[in-house]
Amino acid sequence: MSVPQYRKAAAIALAAGLGLSLAACSTKSDDAGKDASGKVTITVDCQPVGAQKELLKNWNDDVAEFQRQNPNIVIKSVSVGEQCNNPPDFTARLAGGTVTDVFYGYMTDLQQVLDSGQAMDITEYANKDTVPTWDSVDPALKEVFTDGGKLYAVPVKNYSMGLVYNKVLFQRAGLDVNNPPKTWAEVREAAKKISALGGGIAGYSEYSAGNTGGWHFTSLLYSQGGQVLTEDGKKADFNNAMGKQVLQNLKDMRYGDNSMGSRQLLQWGDLLTNAGAGKVGMFIGAPDATQAIVSQFQGKFQDWAMSPLPGQDGPAKATLGGGEGYFFKKGLSPEQVKAGLKWIAYQKLTPGKGQFDYVRAKPQNYPVGLPQPLLFKNGSDAQKQEFDLRKANANVDTANFAIFEANPVPIKGEPRNAQAIYAVLDAAMSGVLTNPNANIDALLKTAEDKVNQLLAAGS
Amino acid sequence: MAITTVPGTTRPPGRRDPYPSARRRAGLGRKVRDNLTGHTFLIGAVVCFAVFSWYPMVRGVVMSFQRTRRGETTWVGWDNYARIIDDPSFWTAWKNTFYFTVLALVLGYAVPFFVAILLNEFRHAKGYLRILVYLPVMLPPASALFLFKFYAYDPSEAGLFNAILAALHLPTSEWMQSPGMTMPAMVLASTWMNMGSAVLIYLAALQNIPGELYEAAELDGAGIWRRIRHVTIPQTRLILALLAMLQIVATMQLFIEPLILANGAGTGDSATSVAYLIYQHGFFQNDLNGAAALGVIMLVVLAGFSAVYVRLTAKQD
Repeated sequence: MSVPQYRKAAAIALAAGLGLSLAACSTKSDDAGKDASGKVTITVDCQPVGAQKELLKNWNDDVAEFQRQNPNIVIKSVSVGEQCNNPPDFTARLAGGTVTDVFYGYMTDLQQVLDSGQAMDITEYANKDTVPTWDSVDPALKEVFTDGGKLYAVPVKNYSMGLVYNKVLFQRAGLDVNNPPKTWAEVREAAKKISALGGGIAGYSEYSAGNTGGWHFTSLLYSQGGQVLTEDGKKADFNNAMGKQVLQNLKDMRYGDNSMGSRQLLQWGDLLTNAGAGKVGMFIGAPDATQAIVSQFQGKFQDWAMSPLPGQDGPAKATLGGGEGYFFKKGLSPEQVKAGLKWIAYQKLTPGKGQFDYVRAKPQNYPVGLPQPLLFKNGSDAQKQEFDLRKANANVDTANFAIFEANPVPIKGEPRNAQAIYAVLDAAMSGVLTNPNANIDALLKTAEDKVNQLLAAGS
Repeated sequence: MAITTVPGTTRPPGRRDPYPSARRRAGLGRKVRDNLTGHTFLIGAVVCFAVFSWYPMVRGVVMSFQRTRRGETTWVGWDNYARIIDDPSFWTAWKNTFYFTVLALVLGYAVPFFVAILLNEFRHAKGYLRILVYLPVMLPPASALFLFKFYAYDPSEAGLFNAILAALHLPTSEWMQSPGMTMPAMVLASTWMNMGSAVLIYLAALQNIPGELYEAAELDGAGIWRRIRHVTIPQTRLILALLAMLQIVATMQLFIEPLILANGAGTGDSATSVAYLIYQHGFFQNDLNGAAALGVIMLVVLAGFSAVYVRLTAKQD
């Protein structure tokens, strides 16, 4: 081929390739969801990424087994990397209309998903026929995903926060691992003793960036009996004595006692990295925080234990509860919705299968025995089955969670527009954790103004 | 002297072309055929710009006057603009951004110029020194910033800068965690990351200055500062102006530094830039319309700067 011809061909190929790639950008779900042979196809997200070999194999095994049991359903699973736990990615997919047919979301995401117009009302489809354990699923969790009497997602995981503490550091600091702090005053005392060990160890550690600061501020406020929004959800309700107490306590620990370590502006992975390295004595978190410390941040299970969330003068008045579920993309055919529900039921809501396949998880060293996910209502058959299976296959010391489980604190859900509010409250948390001269009144007032403004904009 | 013309290339004045449209058609067709490769490439570029640059911009402007709720889009006029200006972080973000820009002009703009002059003066190992200066540019920005975040700006005494300060018996700093240090620390990291490119551009400009000018200045008794002032700066005036403009436009879009070095807003709102505020509205506050409005405001401000620049340089030329 002569040079000019070659250049022309290359140019045409480039233009054609560009056109094809642009066409490829506009992917959408399989049209009717049914192929010529009558099979229903659905796309689902949160397939583990390639690096998570065992998890990916488990997932693929589940897909294969589910399709064997349901020969008329084809599951096309998509690995979307961080999308399953990263709010910006999630927002981008939602805004761009590129969510899968069945897509993951936090309990805090309902408002955002509804605003985007992407969610389908699944009220008439979610029942015992599609999800055999449906009647056992905690009604409070279904309520979280309900708006105007319509159900928009299926809950698949639920958590509540407590005090996570490092038993090794407790012992080194002369503290009783079986009698962890019950009030914030006791937390403060224990934190001083732990940080006195030196070596850059933080007695107590707290978040202040990436929305996690606001998330924990909310939990600390709940522990005192406070709330982030007024009952009608229309105004901020944290610029008060309880909100000040939360920030003052943190400021005193950070700068008065110097017991929170020098590195601040922590977000989720930062704190857990420090914890995995044995540099954190206590923090508040859900039971699966210990799982993350082990699986992602090189920590050891036996080092960690959990107790209920401390309160101001006695037991905590409430603890923050949250979780996740699966939404259904608007425009799916009834067959696709039913197929999606069946898949969710199999993978997430059946004791002994999918996320509850403890027999499989035990030898793979995925933690079995954590008091989570709290999905089924007390006394239900599914709860009993799941509990018995968990107990029989536990590979973590359940005694580490015994105090947490034996002293349940009332769970309080996350506020409306939670992620947006958490983003605002990050500034208040970072303010007191990084500025010894922080003006708590001003920080709370600014946050209150911003939250009221975003609530007004959203109404 | 008689004027000779080549037949077919010129027409006598006042004489009409008997077949104008036919000629034009043939001409256009031939032009396209002759430049098929060029046009094909051009189409690709135009489509790329249209799809990835112009369309999003137009879409952003449209979105800034709309509100989407439950999948329903309505026109709300200037509401999003009013709301975004009412955001308590709005003026803080602009203040922070301007502060960063000014610091970046003082540090990030001047330092590369002087480094380039120094490099230009070196007689030996010029190539190696240029590589050394350019090396940080080859590091992906995220990696470079993580290096600063976890290694240089560690607020404990184990941090690189704090260890140096402590060795010199100087007070240590909490760097990104100290509200007063947030911006200078971000400018420092940003300057280190981006200096290489600016140095190369300055070097190219410096090497275009005729050596005779310096020789003449030296004969007139000019020292190094006078040579810089009377020869180097006037001779590189256009490049200096261009880079100043590019620096303003680039630094006003400050985003990755707050995102990585300060985990977002930093302490309080000390690292919140306009671009980060756009990101926060769009992706954390579920307010894409507000984010679009702020984006348009930023576009107008930057367009204003660019217009001033074009005007100033046009006058100079």
